[in-house]
Amino acid sequence: MTARSVQSVSGALKLLFNNRLTRVYGAATCTQRNKSSYTAIPPPARYGGRHTVTLIPGDGIGPELSKHVCELFRFCCVPVDFEVVNVDSTKDSEDDINNAIMAIRRNGVALKGNIETNHNLPPSYKSRNNLLRTTLDLYANVMHCQSLPGVRSRQTNIDIIIIRENTEGEYSSLEHENVPGVVECLKIITRTKSLRIADYAFKTARAQGRRRVTAVHKANIMKLADGLFLECCKEVASGYPEITFDSMIVDNTTMQLVSRPQQFDVMVMPNLYGNVVSNVCAGLVGGPGLVPGANYGTDYAVFETGTRNTGKSIANSNTANPTAMLLASCLLLDHLKLHAYASMLRRAILCTLTETRLHTADLGGHGSTSEVVHSIMSAVQSTGPRTLSI
Amino acid sequence: MAGNAWRSMLSQVVVGGAARPLIAAFLQERMQTVTMIPGDGIGPEISNAVMKIFEAAKAPIQWEERNVTAIQGPGGRWMIPPDCKESMDQSKIGLKGPLKTPIAAGHPSMNLLLRKTFDLYANVRPCVSIEGYKTPYTDVNLVTIRENTEGEYSGIEHLIVEGVVQSIKLITEDASRRIAEYAFEYARNNQRSSVTAVHKANIMRMSDGLFLRKCREVAENYKDIKFTEMYLDTVCLNMVQDPTQFDVLVMPNLYGDILSDLCAGLIGGLGVTPSGNIGANGVAIFESVHGTAPDIAGLDMANPTALILSAVMMLRHMGLHDIGNNIQNACFDTIRDKKVLTKDLGGNSKCSEFTDDICRRIQDM
Repeated sequence: MTARSVQSVSGALKLLFNNRLTRVYGAATCTQRNKSSYTAIPPPARYGGRHTVTLIPGDGIGPELSKHVCELFRFCCVPVDFEVVNVDSTKDSEDDINNAIMAIRRNGVALKGNIETNHNLPPSYKSRNNLLRTTLDLYANVMHCQSLPGVRSRQTNIDIIIIRENTEGEYSSLEHENVPGVVECLKIITRTKSLRIADYAFKTARAQGRRRVTAVHKANIMKLADGLFLECCKEVASGYPEITFDSMIVDNTTMQLVSRPQQFDVMVMPNLYGNVVSNVCAGLVGGPGLVPGANYGTDYAVFETGTRNTGKSIANSNTANPTAMLLASCLLLDHLKLHAYASMLRRAILCTLTETRLHTADLGGHGSTSEVVHSIMSAVQSTGPRTLSI
Repeated sequence: MAGNAWRSMLSQVVVGGAARPLIAAFLQERMQTVTMIPGDGIGPEISNAVMKIFEAAKAPIQWEERNVTAIQGPGGRWMIPPDCKESMDQSKIGLKGPLKTPIAAGHPSMNLLLRKTFDLYANVRPCVSIEGYKTPYTDVNLVTIRENTEGEYSGIEHLIVEGVVQSIKLITEDASRRIAEYAFEYARNNQRSSVTAVHKANIMRMSDGLFLRKCREVAENYKDIKFTEMYLDTVCLNMVQDPTQFDVLVMPNLYGDILSDLCAGLIGGLGVTPSGNIGANGVAIFESVHGTAPDIAGLDMANPTALILSAVMMLRHMGLHDIGNNIQNACFDTIRDKKVLTKDLGGNSKCSEFTDDICRRIQDM
């Protein structure tokens, strides 16, 4: 079945069946890359009121944090079952990551830890995280950085939503060596993807009642590439008159972020600048252990920690901060429309962080990961519905 | 360059108190020419401030003012005016004010053009917290060394088909080796203990991988200096949480641009950050990196600190450490005193008042 005929079939099916089934066929047409890996996708994984979510533990602190998520979900009787898919980053073959991608296609949603990329390996070994993002076309990476009371930081009152294009730009992984010693790396910016991410940014801003969207770019130097991105943002902005749109050059942005971050509201940018800005903002609100991140595509959503660290140096020492991963799982629950569970968990997590002030080492405290998770469980139990006994 | 070496050697040889004033007077007479490029906007007024301060400090500098508006040479290639190039080729040292960089104007940015003309391959920005100008970050003391000629700013872009643009990031072995060598030399000459290479080789395997390999190779020849590698995002994350863990950072063009401005933000912004561009053949251009501030141009409100500190960097590069230290101390004393600060530093004095205060302090020394 070609993509086009599938599309027309889905159009007809829409009239006969409910949207869910047509989503199955529609999903097939969305994947621009890797057409060869398309296979028939069964209906979304929700059966008997329970959801199945793919869980990719990853490397470093990923496995221990994933265990804590499972523990917490079981404790709170969250109707989510995890399908664990392990990706071995030391293997050369891409079978593991392809299995993971297929599992995500099956379930539609995933929670993942970061998969390590050994940058000393030759270019034939592609970053597994990047492969996942581009194959599933998770085009929007959203990170919400908020100052939290009780967390020590140099700046307060920060509330920034960072929306980063996740599939093209500098991360296109298109490199070649023209002659020995001369390497070219291509940064690709397309009109469709820029319009898409700008649209996503403005829709998000509108949905959340935000007043201002700032596009971050370097169009004074990269006139064509970032110029195109900026043009697309301006075009989309014209359709949202109630939202102020402005732009800022990336080096000025980082400077403003460390001196006056309160001026920013929603920020939209291409891939690499998004990497820099999201890490700067995460550092400003308290560090990598606090901020969750979400990757959204048209049909799939993958949740992870915002700054995508493996935390190799603190792995298996029970000192990692579980907040980011747990808040990411709350975002996951929101995505699955299990809002009651999401708010209950979020309240308990933030209570432990800001009221009980049980902090792990990265926040200057002495708590261990398990102590923090335990404290969250008690917070849930004291306020919430029936749970399993601790 | 030979004159400098001869002069510093001579001053080292002289030990007798009697001989010193004689030699000093002799050396003082040897004026060094420096090409001064005032720039646009507030450029002319801050350049005047620096020239005034140098006069007060009795620095043996002869200024040659030049303009750098892009002109189209034979064959349609944009270039800087030939008289400016001639002046720089002779003097080898330049001090530059801010230049305009318009977006999508058809000709390459002026700063880019200068870099290409003189092959200014290293941009050095020492970021040190200024006592007296409080920011949330104290004790910052690091240096960012950025590759200045290639990388993401190669200026090679193409419209492939309608709606698809590619921008090429160019990394070459020679440029990477050159910048790594400069970084380690700088670290050694300035008593710095570690050099960190900043990269994104997990994603850009070939390009940043090549850069990293060259850095590692050069590090082998500088065993006395600690060499580490760190991802760009990790550096950004750690920089805003604890900048004291960094010493010298070396990186390709784009990362350097972002990080050097990030570090400038930590110490108080571009208005107080010095910067130097080192080129092949002994050429060096020191500049203030802030914008042209057209809104306050000509109103005597500009803050000349950045250009003053860049000029101090220049004096140190030329071997005139004493004069450089005098000017720097006078400048820092004025800022610490908080009596005649310009608007951006939190006061409401004029640029000329600020400059006069510094001149007074130098003359009192």
